[in-house]
Amino acid sequence: MTGEERAGQEEVLRLSGVTKRFGALLANDNVSLRLARGEIVGLLGENGAGKTTLMNILFGHYVADGGSIEVNGEPLTPGSPGAALKAGIGMVHQHFTLADNLPVLDNIILGTEALFALSSNRRGARARIAQLGADFGLAINPNAAVSSLSVGERQRVEILKALYRNARILILDEPTAVLTPQESAALFDTLKRFSQTGLSIIFISHKLGEIMAACSRVAILRSGKLVADRSVESSTRGELAELMVGHKVASAKAEPQEAGPVLLSLENVLARRGSLALEDVSLDLKAGQILGIAGVSGNGQSLLADMVSGLLPPMSGALKLNGAELWHLSPAKMVAHGIARIPEDRHTEGLIGDMSVTENVVLESYRSSRISRRGFIDWAKALRFAADIIESYDVKCPGPEAKVRLLSGGNMQKLILGRVMSNAPSIVLANQPTRGLDIGAVNYVHERLLAARRRGAAILLISEDLEELLALSDAVSVMFRGQLSAPVTRAVTTIAALGLMMAGQGFGGEMRHAS
Amino acid sequence: MRLESRSTRPLALLVGYPLIALLFASLFCAMLVMLAGASPFSVFGLMAKGAAGSQFAFLETLTRATPLIFTGLAAAVAFRAKLWNIGGEAQLYAGAVMTAVLGTGALQLPTPLLLPILIIAAMLAGAVMLSVPAFLKTRFGVDEVVTTLLFNFIMILFVSMLLEGVLKDPAGLGWPQSKKVISEAVLPKLIAGKRLHFGFVIALAAALAVWIIDRKSALGYEMRAVGFNAKAARFAGIPVNRVLAKTALLSGGLAGLAGFSEVAGLKGNLTLDLSPGFGYTGIVVAMLAMLHPLGVVAAAIFVAAVFVGADAMSRSAGVPSYIAQVMVAASLLSMVTAMMLTRFRIRWN
Amino acid sequence: MQAIEILFTASLWAAAIRIASPLIFATLGELICERAGVLNLGIEGIMTAGAFSGWLTVYLGGDLWLGVAVAALTGALFGLLHAVLVVPLGLSQHVTGIGITLLASSLSYYIYRLALPEVTSPPKIEPFQSWSVPYLFDIPIIGEALFRQTPLTYLAFAAVALTAWFLYRTPLGLAVRTAGENPMAVEAQGIDVNRIRIGAVIAGSALMGVGGSFLTLSAFNSFFFEMVNGRGWICIALVVFGSWRPGKALLGAVLFGAFDAYQLRLQQLAGGYVPYQLFLMLPFVLSIIALVIMSRRAAYPQALMTPYRRGER
Repeated sequence: MTGEERAGQEEVLRLSGVTKRFGALLANDNVSLRLARGEIVGLLGENGAGKTTLMNILFGHYVADGGSIEVNGEPLTPGSPGAALKAGIGMVHQHFTLADNLPVLDNIILGTEALFALSSNRRGARARIAQLGADFGLAINPNAAVSSLSVGERQRVEILKALYRNARILILDEPTAVLTPQESAALFDTLKRFSQTGLSIIFISHKLGEIMAACSRVAILRSGKLVADRSVESSTRGELAELMVGHKVASAKAEPQEAGPVLLSLENVLARRGSLALEDVSLDLKAGQILGIAGVSGNGQSLLADMVSGLLPPMSGALKLNGAELWHLSPAKMVAHGIARIPEDRHTEGLIGDMSVTENVVLESYRSSRISRRGFIDWAKALRFAADIIESYDVKCPGPEAKVRLLSGGNMQKLILGRVMSNAPSIVLANQPTRGLDIGAVNYVHERLLAARRRGAAILLISEDLEELLALSDAVSVMFRGQLSAPVTRAVTTIAALGLMMAGQGFGGEMRHAS
Repeated sequence: MRLESRSTRPLALLVGYPLIALLFASLFCAMLVMLAGASPFSVFGLMAKGAAGSQFAFLETLTRATPLIFTGLAAAVAFRAKLWNIGGEAQLYAGAVMTAVLGTGALQLPTPLLLPILIIAAMLAGAVMLSVPAFLKTRFGVDEVVTTLLFNFIMILFVSMLLEGVLKDPAGLGWPQSKKVISEAVLPKLIAGKRLHFGFVIALAAALAVWIIDRKSALGYEMRAVGFNAKAARFAGIPVNRVLAKTALLSGGLAGLAGFSEVAGLKGNLTLDLSPGFGYTGIVVAMLAMLHPLGVVAAAIFVAAVFVGADAMSRSAGVPSYIAQVMVAASLLSMVTAMMLTRFRIRWN
Repeated sequence: MQAIEILFTASLWAAAIRIASPLIFATLGELICERAGVLNLGIEGIMTAGAFSGWLTVYLGGDLWLGVAVAALTGALFGLLHAVLVVPLGLSQHVTGIGITLLASSLSYYIYRLALPEVTSPPKIEPFQSWSVPYLFDIPIIGEALFRQTPLTYLAFAAVALTAWFLYRTPLGLAVRTAGENPMAVEAQGIDVNRIRIGAVIAGSALMGVGGSFLTLSAFNSFFFEMVNGRGWICIALVVFGSWRPGKALLGAVLFGAFDAYQLRLQQLAGGYVPYQLFLMLPFVLSIIALVIMSRRAAYPQALMTPYRRGER
């Protein structure tokens, strides 16, 4: 029986005409969707298409402006995660909703007992978690603090949270973003086992391949509208891609190009922060080349990025610029040395939302003589500089005086690109530069990076998106538990091979379980 | 209930809400006045008269506003950079002690030389006073709120110790007070025979200077950047700790000036009751001014008027003058609420 | 050597416990607020209001325990105000807390003056008397130190156990702790974060009110201005010192009490040689030193001072 056949029989969920606005943005426009018992539906769409918003409405985080939701024929109380949970809906959020300092057990049983009970049955809970773990291959130590778990294990806890409550409908929001390709495949198997027990699953992704591998039916959102709801079997990859984006997409690809001299190098670097560490990391960035860094998040990429950003000094080893060792690192010094740095998180690290576009654009250059004199900033000059960036980087905003927090993610990223790339830097650090962007903005960022490469810049590209890495990088290194593999050139590697390395293969003797 | 960020902030909102907030605080106090069996209209009338009903009253209000402008600026500068300086009281006394130590005869210099030296010394004393918590914050991650609060108590005990010890005025009949500052160290009166002194002009100049720093200088820009998002500021290359240190110096220095101005301009000597909470009230002033340096002047005059008016009113109407403190506290809470509502819209679903 | 002998006297430790008692209540109160993710700088004013309202109740003829209850209620009301402003409305917890302190103390003083316009020396009430626990009191030194206290002190110790049990053993306690770690985790499990936080701040503030009432109903017998004298701020330091754990906070409060009692006795010993103000400074200096030592490794609740706005984007 396929999902569609079942859909007629046992409908467990029905969304009718769901509409949601955020200010001027129509995030969900009259979306209707059904889910049958034991069915796995893919919710496909670009970043910003409204997938997460729709699911947040279903789970009660948001209240829709219009439309209704029925679970098993009963209307669902809007705006209440408690009501959604009670109706048998479970959600694995993209940003895990776990308290890191508390044990797994506490995270799972929170809210499952009467709030005003005088005691809690922890022993019973432990047994049940062990049972669920055994049934579905999701074993986990209930006494471990969440902070000690890998991302893969944390996701397991999130899934257990839903199973522990006997969820009948499971929503997974971009669950593969934190997994290796092999782990993703294992997750799909687990999901299929769930569906065989009658669990219905909504699987959110912006990656076509995953939807096609895991789902029987796919619903496609574009700019908040449901543009397709069809069986996966009868669809081709190309059709779905076009439905998702609305037009044909030509994605950027790096053309082969001669490597120049080494501009920046790390030699046997050791660094530590909290429980994370970089162990004996070496790399060379060559002019006109992009070096990609792959890896499951939390394996030390952030330390590497912070070191090149000037935020984290190495405990031993050396950071060399054009062969000369750099001492007393600081972000300002890195800027002065012509290193362009695109941070991982636009909102918390890249920009200051409550300041204007102009104030953000001069954040790295306000001390230079072209902006300020004797400690006083020439705001007229800053304004002209901002107008230049807005123009040449195609930043859509009300004007240079507008507050940055009002900009869309793509325009924020263009603003950052403008800030760091406007004076033709010789070295570029791009840390997750396209995360959360829609395809248009992704292509824009890629084009800019490739343009810098053509110009002869040396680029360090850190990404969790293997397709992106393979499209842009001349070579890719994999980070695993603070170690960095030797670079493999693009021509000789595959996504599957990189996936195995991300799980620890080839990291001499350090082959512990990686999930 | 949820909050929705407003994409625009119409002028009517920006002006209307703060006015509603002050009205709300007044209504609350009117209830308390009625509790005392008095008529709110006559009480507020008496307060207005007591604060601005005569030249004497108005000058008294400006005199009372002078230290509040300094402590208000101190709080505004620090809060801009999210340095939570609640220690204005301690820094004020540090400035006052310095003025009393150097101004009572230790330095025998002509006025044009002595006053600038005292100003700089008092600012330095206040600056050092705040630098300690700022250093503990940046170096050890100690929350500066608690440390600046605790330093207020340490400082007042220190002043008490000085006033019963080395700084004690032998002719003071046993009262804990210092000698009067020498005549060269006295700030001239603005109007002969009145209490309003040159400190008020210095306060206005300080407000203007802070405004220029805030708007035009790289430091002001850095302070705002650090206050809004220290992580992004650090990433972009702003030396966050150094900016916080400079902020502490500026903020502490301004509060220190309040102590100088009270000793050299008004009281003439150092006493234990030099400040009836000017440091704390400065926080209210800064918030009422929405941290705007020029707004601080207006807010300080308003708050001073409430205090001066309440003093005058309580003598004649029998309502305790503590109503002024209640009024100021209620204004603070309603004003921060109003400011939030200009940024967010409440939606009830 | 006298200075060291003092350390082994029962009267020192009895005094230590007495001094610690109001701090225990208020520290627990602040601890509960902060565990839920809310800094409550209203503590100093709420203690003042609790001290005043408890005293006023008894002064007007109420029972001592009624006074304690009124103090708790007063604290709860100011807690509600603080909670409404900082939890659903998300106002700055620093500024609002200072505002609550100013409001609570000035209201207390205003009503005090209103009720007693003419008095110069504060009127006295009959406070709680100390009560010796049978048998336990006979234990040498410890008995005299621990088991001849006023009922409110015993209540303080019970409150520590109760708070620990509540936070670590009940589902609601888990929700409170999680709200201070990651509010999104609370919402995702179907619990209203704002209600949890508001409730925690109200309960914590009630404890602060009781802590204040200890001053007027047990330690002294009248209300006078500025009587809280920074104790609230010291409690905030004690919460950090106790790493947000009730047991360690108790230890911190008692150590602090012992230190305070000790310096009072040293002051008498050193009478005249060293200015008494130096001794009075010590508790505040000690708090700062404790903060410096503890802040480095302090495991702050991760969402402390982070407002939670539902459905924000």
